[in-house]
Amino acid sequence: MLAPQVEIMLVAALAGAACALPGVFLFLRRMALVGDAISHAILFGIVVTFLIVRDLRSPWLLIGAAGTGVLTAVAVEALRRTGRVKEDAALGLVFPALFSLGVVGIARGVGNIHLDLDAVLLGELAFVPFDRLTWRGWDLGPRGVWVMGGLLLLNLTMILAFYKEWTLSTFDPDLAEILGFRPAVLHDLLMGMTALTVVAAFDVAGVVLVVAMLVVPPATAALLTDHLARMLGLSVLLGLASALGGYGLAYALDLSIAGSMATVGGILFALAFLGAPGHGLIAQARQAARQRRHLAQQMLVIHLLSHEGTEAEHEENCLRTLPLHLRWDPAFAARVIEQAEQMGWVVREGELLRLTEAGRQAACEIIGSNGGMMPLSR
Amino acid sequence: MPFFPSVLHEPPTPVDGLAIEVADLTVMYDERPVLWDVDWQVPAGVRMAVVGPNGAGKTTLLRSILGLVRPVTGSITVFGRPPAEARRWIAYVPQRTAVDWDFPATVLDVVMMGRYGHLGWVRRPGAQDRERAMEALAQVGMADLAHRQIGQLSAGQQQRVFVARALAQDAWLYLMDEPFAGVDAITEQAIVEVLRGLKAAGRTVIVVHHDLQTVPLYFEWVTLLNVRCVACGPVATTFTADSLRQTYGERAIVAL
Repeated sequence: MLAPQVEIMLVAALAGAACALPGVFLFLRRMALVGDAISHAILFGIVVTFLIVRDLRSPWLLIGAAGTGVLTAVAVEALRRTGRVKEDAALGLVFPALFSLGVVGIARGVGNIHLDLDAVLLGELAFVPFDRLTWRGWDLGPRGVWVMGGLLLLNLTMILAFYKEWTLSTFDPDLAEILGFRPAVLHDLLMGMTALTVVAAFDVAGVVLVVAMLVVPPATAALLTDHLARMLGLSVLLGLASALGGYGLAYALDLSIAGSMATVGGILFALAFLGAPGHGLIAQARQAARQRRHLAQQMLVIHLLSHEGTEAEHEENCLRTLPLHLRWDPAFAARVIEQAEQMGWVVREGELLRLTEAGRQAACEIIGSNGGMMPLSR
Repeated sequence: MPFFPSVLHEPPTPVDGLAIEVADLTVMYDERPVLWDVDWQVPAGVRMAVVGPNGAGKTTLLRSILGLVRPVTGSITVFGRPPAEARRWIAYVPQRTAVDWDFPATVLDVVMMGRYGHLGWVRRPGAQDRERAMEALAQVGMADLAHRQIGQLSAGQQQRVFVARALAQDAWLYLMDEPFAGVDAITEQAIVEVLRGLKAAGRTVIVVHHDLQTVPLYFEWVTLLNVRCVACGPVATTFTADSLRQTYGERAIVAL
């Protein structure tokens, strides 16, 4: 038997990895919040199934919940296809209705039976070691490990099997249809997988954490890579990192485990948002600055070229008046000129700025390549 | 190098020599007719331009042939078969704006999608598919950009990627929706070359086109469409001031 802490970490890590897989495709289809909708709506399925079987430990509860998840996705899609409401509104219409029916069901029908709303919303990973699977008196470990392990295996198998199909139907559903890949079926399959994932994961982790694990790792991975296969792999790693990091945080500061995991996921996203190599805020600001400088160099040489050898040359191409003519801040102009000198495009002749042969050639190339139009920064 | 190294899925030769036969086709969007009682015939092996004003139903006509929209009435046959059966012989080049170019994929990834129809469910593309995709990229002059992120392409390059994807499909009927819209001269030339190659290989090409000047240069057949099929035939006899006036109203005279 493993230590309880290890068991909790194992379940959390498995859940994080399992959620990240369908999450990537939901993210790419701009359906990230479908997980949220499903996770709320399944309460209805759980209550209805409970009213039929009258047993809180019945596996039918899971099946009823997954069924409602699929029903939610189908209802949202059907509403959207009417053309009367958009996808976001359809989501907002379906899941509160089912969720509130579930809440009413708990209050009126279930009555004195313990179906705890807090546990539904937040889950309780800390209880994982107490819910064990036994077989002929043998302890097979926590039920959560088996459920989440099975789920991860299922999701992994599905993604590997239908990687090509889901990629195509996400990028270009029309082509998928033409080539005979039935995008509607693939959509339902993804919804079914999401529903099953949400149902299985929320049992151990709660609704809020499930949504966080579906959405945050893929969104973070999308900032870090432009390759789908790598995005899937990175999402799984980020899901794992959030789970383990979150557990560490919760253990160190005595916090809610689920809350800490979502927090770590959020922190990882914030780091990527700022520091990602290509899409991060810092990298983009740097690139924008580089482009501005590059464009300024081009403007400078073209300006010098167009006034070269004219009567106005001394007025236009003079170090002192250049900032005025190009409407640049003097400090910025000084920097641009300095860089142009370093590149060997211009030389100073007292107050006058002159193009070198290389600078003249560069200016001609810029004008030529743009058909005489202003150079566009690339 | 032959234009199509491997010939797969050859369609039956239609008895009357027609690639497409459309009869009494009416399509509506929300009670609004987009195509009204269109009779249309496309001989196999021609390059056909489809022209007409905005909202004339050009895209809808292509999508009907692909079976992507459900007509109210009318019949469509492609190589003598209903659209659902004929799809494997058709390649579609949608408008460039039909997809999200921020999708995480490379140029080669997208062109490879043209091969998926040959693979069927679950099977992954192999070395042969990759080779065919690279050939298609070379045919549009983009082999060196195979591993470029699609989000980094210019409009013209995006259009060429779509054309290459259709070429990789090894189809017999090519439906292209505004492939020349907003592209640079290099792309336009590349697509014209592709049209020429397809014609030489005996394929049928239907292109929704907006530039009336180039119709006689790039195509030998033309369809003038404005909700109804105004005229259809060889450019030499059909592309007349009279039929253009019927399609566009008086403005067309200035355009020519």
